[in-house]
Amino acid sequence: MSARDAMLANIRAKLPKAPEEARRAAVDGRLASHPRNLIPERGQGDEAHRIRVFTEMMEAVGGTVEVLTDVNDVPESIAAYLRNNNLPAHVRRGADQVLARLPWHRGGALEVVEGRAHDSDRASVTRAFAGVVESGTIIQLSGPENPTTLNFLPEAHIVLLEASALFASYEEAWTKLRGVYGEGIMPRTVNMISGPSRTADIEQTIVRPAHGPKNMHVIIVR
Amino acid sequence: MMEAGSVNFKDNVAKALADPKLQYAMTETGPRFMAKRTKAREALPEFDALRDQARDIKDHVLDHLDIYLDRYEAKVKESGGQVHWAQTAEDARQAILSICKRVGARTVTKGKSMISEEIDLNQCLAENGIQPVETDLGEYIIQLRNERPSHIIAPAIHLTRDQVEEDFRKAHTHLDPNRDLTEIPALVEEARAVLRQKYLEADVGITGANFLIAETGSSIIVTNEGNGDLTQILPRVHIVIASIEKVVPTLEDASTILRVLARSATGQDFSNYTTLSTGGRRAGDPDGPVEYHVVILDNGRSNVLGTEFQDMLRCIRCGACLNHCPVYNALGGHAYGWVYPGPIGSILTPALVGIENAHHLPNASTFCGRCEEVCPMRIPIPKMLRHWREKEFERHLQPKTMRWGLGVWAFVAKRPKLYAKATALAARILANQAHGKGRLRTVPLAGGWTDVRDLPAPQGKTFQQLWKERRS
Repeated sequence: MSARDAMLANIRAKLPKAPEEARRAAVDGRLASHPRNLIPERGQGDEAHRIRVFTEMMEAVGGTVEVLTDVNDVPESIAAYLRNNNLPAHVRRGADQVLARLPWHRGGALEVVEGRAHDSDRASVTRAFAGVVESGTIIQLSGPENPTTLNFLPEAHIVLLEASALFASYEEAWTKLRGVYGEGIMPRTVNMISGPSRTADIEQTIVRPAHGPKNMHVIIVR
Repeated sequence: MMEAGSVNFKDNVAKALADPKLQYAMTETGPRFMAKRTKAREALPEFDALRDQARDIKDHVLDHLDIYLDRYEAKVKESGGQVHWAQTAEDARQAILSICKRVGARTVTKGKSMISEEIDLNQCLAENGIQPVETDLGEYIIQLRNERPSHIIAPAIHLTRDQVEEDFRKAHTHLDPNRDLTEIPALVEEARAVLRQKYLEADVGITGANFLIAETGSSIIVTNEGNGDLTQILPRVHIVIASIEKVVPTLEDASTILRVLARSATGQDFSNYTTLSTGGRRAGDPDGPVEYHVVILDNGRSNVLGTEFQDMLRCIRCGACLNHCPVYNALGGHAYGWVYPGPIGSILTPALVGIENAHHLPNASTFCGRCEEVCPMRIPIPKMLRHWREKEFERHLQPKTMRWGLGVWAFVAKRPKLYAKATALAARILANQAHGKGRLRTVPLAGGWTDVRDLPAPQGKTFQQLWKERRS
């Protein structure tokens, strides 16, 4: 018997006797229907409410949020953000089509390069797959559009979040994910990020950053 | 498996109580953690209802554990990952070692994992010429000191900043000896710079898992530092080490439990980084690990399935029971002598290393009940401590005098008339001895109590006598 079969048989033997058919049906039923459990009220509401609560939550953990009404203003906004934070006018992005089509010339001297992040990159911009209001969280998916390293290596992580993708709860984001990837199928990495990197490992004192970005800036476009 | 020092609990306690640095470090720990959790709980009206659901999810999983593990494995394979089954700590070490050797690994970065501590992975890697580098700041500090974590989520909570400074000066000899490290941010910045190089050099990244999702074949890690992410996305190989009970059914179920995890642990609404990893790099991915492996460990956990101890497998390692435990906060984690300290450690350690090797731990409790009160998974910890005490008695693990004393008490307690007479006599004698002061400085055979505090003297009547009087 393989180690796997031995372990599973041992586990089964320890559990109370029950009809196997029913046990399997209970598991497969839950996996197929993935029912939602209790969802907190906090994030529920219209777009203004969602943006307000998301902003509160993100700011409470050291992130910053800016709301724009025109996506074409994003390059200028990024250029200003880098200037205000004493960062070079240089930003790394992935192949995301929305980011690619932005009028980057409006960022003035802003230099935009495409690809995964390198240790020398000071700032990155990604487009979020979703935002979650209840905890001020953005969700990034791996892939050439928004490589995972962009979320972690640079000092400043700038995120473009469309208000239409700002959901009350995690559950709504999972529904969207299943719609894009299919039932039970995931991209290599799903990053749920709530603010810049921090640690409290020395004397319970919160210090930012630990290993990831020092700054996280979310630009919400309505 | 790491040898349990839990049998030396009594000596460990004496040492911990006499250690001024430890006592200083622990003074603020509990109160700070407690205040943070209370605030997070108050901010979410649904918190307690979510705890009930979290408990129910894990109960459902444990009752169907063999099937969920089977379904999980199928999804991991489907997404290009590999699953390695490990009945024992040795099996897990060998599985990891063989992957590391096959890819010629020289440096391995590690995210924080209690399972890694449980199987003593670092020692095994080092003995085989592979350098393990802990990347969680707390874990990195204790690795430099060659210590074990003293808390499940804050491994270096027992240390003060000047101790960390000393360790960094010893370890980072390539840096200017005159640099200023008096402030905590300077220490964090230095660790960041040193570890950034390690992430980039590593051949393999090893992380734990807070959850495994059967629906998708994903593993989840939760960190605030981002170290677990740099550990898994930069090297060519990502190995996840997880125990059998980490599996949950769906993304929805994981979300429910995540809602109570960070709030119970650090009082955060959500940890900074919650990461779901599924398989290796996909076609077109410019980054991420090429290989993805999951090592699933039993190591004695299945022995508690179907027993009065099964509920302990609901634990999600948030550390709330440690933070709220008066015993833990007086001692720190090392006194418990093995990997898992605090109340959860006191029920888990006997299950994993045997009650004969850890029989003091179930007694390291005042039964105040706070652990159960705050447990997000509603594990009845005090009840399980009592079950372990019963096992301890059955196995004759207590000293003879204690068993003799318990025997005498049982004999008397089972005879109500004798009990009433004996207690009335004792109450009168003790009241006399107190000479009207209301307290006793010494009592024969009770030195363990009176050495450190006075015994309040009975006022002359027993509870039963007072009960009778007041009822009539």
